[in-house]
Amino acid sequence: MLYREAGQFKTSYAKDWAIFPIAQDRIVVLGFLAIAFIAIPVLSSEYFLATILMPFLVMSMAAIGLNLLTGYAGQLSLGTGGFMATGAFAAYKLSTMFPGMPIEAVFLLSGVVAAFVGILFGIPSLRIKGFYLAVATLAAQFFLLWLFNKVGWFTNYSTSGVISAPPRTILFTDIYVTGPEASVTAKYLFALTLVAILALAAKNLVRSSIGRRWMAIRDMDIAAEIIGIKPLQTKLSAFAISSFYCGVAGAMWAFLYTGSVEPLAFDINRSFQVLFMIIIGGLGSILGSFLGAGFIIALPILLTNAPHLLGLNIPVDVISHVEYMIFGALIIFFLIVEPHGLARLWQILKEKLRLWPFPH
Amino acid sequence: MSFLNAFFVDPFVQIADYPLFFIEVVIGGLLSGVMYSLVALGFVLIFKASGVFNFAQGAMVLFAALSFAGFIEMGVHPIFAFILAGIVMAGVAIAIERVVLRSLVNQPAIILFMATIGITYFLDGFGQTLWGSDVKVLDLGIPQTPIDVGGIFINQFDLFAAAVAGGLVLVLAIFFQKTRIGRALRAVADDHQAALSVGIPLKTIWAIVWTVAGLVGLVAGAMWGAKLGVQFSLALVALKALPVLILGGFTSIPGAIVGGLIIGVGEKVAEVFWGGAFGGAIEDWFAYMLALVFLLFRPQGLFGEKIIERV
Amino acid sequence: MTFNMKISAAAIALAVGVSGTLLAEQAKAQDAGQYVPGTVYRSGPYAPGGIPWANGYADYFKLLNERDGGIGGVPIIYEECDTAYSNDKGVECYEKMKNQGPTGASVFQPLSTGITYALIDRVKADEIPMITSGLGRADASDGTVFPWVFTLPVTYWAGADAIVQYIDQQEEGSLDGKTIALVYHDSAYGKEPINTLEYLAEKHGFKLELFPVAHPGLEQKATWLKIGRQIRPDWTIMWGWGVMNSTAIKEAAAVGYPMDRFIGNWWAGSEVDVKAAGGVSKGYLSAQFHGAGEDFKVLDDVKKHLVEKDLNAGPDEEVGDILYNRGLISAVFTAEGIAKAQEKYGQKPLTGEQIRWGIENINLDEARLEELGLTGLLDPVKLSCADHEGGGSVIIQQWDGENWKPVSDWISPARDEYLRDMYEKSAADYAAEKGIEPRDCSKES
Repeated sequence: MLYREAGQFKTSYAKDWAIFPIAQDRIVVLGFLAIAFIAIPVLSSEYFLATILMPFLVMSMAAIGLNLLTGYAGQLSLGTGGFMATGAFAAYKLSTMFPGMPIEAVFLLSGVVAAFVGILFGIPSLRIKGFYLAVATLAAQFFLLWLFNKVGWFTNYSTSGVISAPPRTILFTDIYVTGPEASVTAKYLFALTLVAILALAAKNLVRSSIGRRWMAIRDMDIAAEIIGIKPLQTKLSAFAISSFYCGVAGAMWAFLYTGSVEPLAFDINRSFQVLFMIIIGGLGSILGSFLGAGFIIALPILLTNAPHLLGLNIPVDVISHVEYMIFGALIIFFLIVEPHGLARLWQILKEKLRLWPFPH
Repeated sequence: MSFLNAFFVDPFVQIADYPLFFIEVVIGGLLSGVMYSLVALGFVLIFKASGVFNFAQGAMVLFAALSFAGFIEMGVHPIFAFILAGIVMAGVAIAIERVVLRSLVNQPAIILFMATIGITYFLDGFGQTLWGSDVKVLDLGIPQTPIDVGGIFINQFDLFAAAVAGGLVLVLAIFFQKTRIGRALRAVADDHQAALSVGIPLKTIWAIVWTVAGLVGLVAGAMWGAKLGVQFSLALVALKALPVLILGGFTSIPGAIVGGLIIGVGEKVAEVFWGGAFGGAIEDWFAYMLALVFLLFRPQGLFGEKIIERV
Repeated sequence: MTFNMKISAAAIALAVGVSGTLLAEQAKAQDAGQYVPGTVYRSGPYAPGGIPWANGYADYFKLLNERDGGIGGVPIIYEECDTAYSNDKGVECYEKMKNQGPTGASVFQPLSTGITYALIDRVKADEIPMITSGLGRADASDGTVFPWVFTLPVTYWAGADAIVQYIDQQEEGSLDGKTIALVYHDSAYGKEPINTLEYLAEKHGFKLELFPVAHPGLEQKATWLKIGRQIRPDWTIMWGWGVMNSTAIKEAAAVGYPMDRFIGNWWAGSEVDVKAAGGVSKGYLSAQFHGAGEDFKVLDDVKKHLVEKDLNAGPDEEVGDILYNRGLISAVFTAEGIAKAQEKYGQKPLTGEQIRWGIENINLDEARLEELGLTGLLDPVKLSCADHEGGGSVIIQQWDGENWKPVSDWISPARDEYLRDMYEKSAADYAAEKGIEPRDCSKES
């Protein structure tokens, strides 16, 4: 009853092409956006904003990026950390080389830089497939981190190799979104806007012709090639666009989340973390990217703090070790009960709501 | 210009001037490569038999080494400690088969891969909860000092490790070729369906393969642990084994050995002679790049089975 | 299917629900006292080094509570958070702990150069002092640009200078034409000493060879073949951490490099490193900014008040280890800052801003060190508004197979000669990039 599309007529092409053609979906999305933009900044504490929501937004962005590549185009990649680092260092170089450049442009251009790097490292995908490709993308991961660590130019010859975000304001205002003066709320809203816009763009992209080509390649690349889809353009475009998202995520990590960053922050564990998110969240689902990111970000924090909350006095090392165990066990548990990810649960829920309250 | 010089001229001049040093580097690389192969072997065994890319091999190496060192610390004689650790690894293998693999039969490869990362986390945490996270010294009485062979220094420990790896490969080869279980394993590796239809119990075979991989992990853990001390960082040796794996092919035991040797020599020679041109610490990505170059010519790895695609 | 779905849905609902209540709980104030956060790491790849430090740090506050009832009668509320040496977890710990206790967090000691960088902007915004004893960025010694960061008693740059001074003494004042190699962890931490060593190479005329080692440093054969068999430097300095140290010592032995010409910095010279490397590490040198062993009065107190009552955080035999002592020394700096601030602001829980004044006025002279039972463990340190390093000294120690034995006197780094200028120049660059107006120390009391 609640989720019923009967009676909603599409009387124009524009309506049929809408990103969310069903009214209930639109309401839910708008509702979430309203909560995220208005309620959360007003109600939540600084701790919640700075340590849970910020990494959640950043990692959602990276997860969308990897999901486009792995979930939609079927190319398994473990180079996400490298592409995020590219975005972070590109953003730093752009904003210090051209101090007048608006911060919005810096973020988008750093994504473009990452996209080009992504194309470069995507070339082997034309010949290498599956796990061989996954391990081959580790070459990108290790090489890029080494490069940013080694070449002084990327860090403006800082002795330590750490970059930190210069203070910048939003275009046409004097509200700081990066640097020490920026308030957490401003950073959060800025990140949220970026994520919201780019997530909608991704949602739109995957149902366009390019998105359908990706899926054809994913499902069977030889068959796709036979029906006239060019693997070269398709695979490289997937790498480019995926890396764009990862690059923007990296820039957000460096500029909005931690404020300063060394290449080690984007090491291989980061790549695994993003891969976790899309698999737990759901391969081939934009919503799944958010759910997965939320789950993987919130779970360790929750596990670390749970004993404290329950009034137990457990040494921190035991907590850390048990946290590892529970984290691993929960991942296996989720894979067993729902290998299609959290997004699948949402779909099932929608099916139920369509019939509710008369399930038969 | 100076870069071109450092890249195209200097290394060759150095090699020509000090051929003995070059040989020493190559030998050092070969011996390092054997250590990588030890870890890579475990990956190959499991991938061959069950098609699972077992990322947890590194964690299994750590867990095995922790148990081994832990039992020794408790005062158990090293030989018994080794046997006990082997039993522990068999237990881990059976638990993984029961809990994880059985529930995930017929899932796509990436899901199984992800599950093994879950196992990695679990074992890392579990091992440290049981045995603590401080460094355990694992002294197996292997000499650490170099011996001088005609002006070339060779580390005795590395030689010993190479001998162990050679012995391990021999034992595995006999196990696979000559024993009944070994033949069943090979049958499963060739074709699951066919193996099932001639009455080979797939689940038992999986448990055995994981146990064997656990034992290989134990040997690798003992060698690496004796070299570095048993600590959390041991789990990271898996990252050194991955390029070996793709270079040699996921399904080939000789591939793991040859791949290890190529990667070992390649990265050592590159680091020593070409590291200067790039500012050093190029070993890690060089190994992956080297593997990548090989892959471009043979996408299934050097010894991998040819990929045949049909629509 | 439905059953599974219900479980998953319930798990998610639980996760979301609990995280909500959790955050509300966090804000709850604790009992009266001075809240001291401990951002330590007892897990992850660097745990073997992090654990003894954390135990020393915790034990000193426990000792103050047990022996003196806190500082000036104000009990210390000490709480730990595990960072696993990861920057984002460090930030999470910081954000969680900064507003705890009646007056907020007193002092942060992140024990990681990476986390230090991530916190520099934050501590400034939140007005909480941060002490980076023997870690972090060296130019933070300039208190005019970094009012909230303290580097006492020595920075990496000062450490590098002291090591070269020691080498210079051993070579009887002529380093000209010698070769010194630096083996370093290829990260923000490991790169810190490079510019100091480059300056000294030019000044003394020695040749500096750099050998980066990629994190985590499991494999160093190539590096050591080059050092031990090809370049054969007269001295080798190491800036390492974790498994890298013991691996380096083993590989050095494997190529026959003499241990008594191999000097680690203070993070590459603890029992953990040399014991893991085994017998071959005998003769290995390391630079420290504090003494080793347990023959110090403060450690007698630790034994009397904590070990005998079984209140100490770690194993009993750990007391007196290098990293344990360092954790304890670091805790002394925090406690001394609080004590000093109480002299001005009264004996009650104090805010970060008040404690910052206290740290800036720390004066650990011989008399005060004697009073605290630290004689021999630490050389005098005195801070000021502009000087956040405080003129600490470095001592070179040698591993004799059983214990660390000092082989030099306290070496005072050549701060007046050039280090201070380097700090100020680097800090000025930072201020320019960040748009910071340096504060005027002549106007502060």
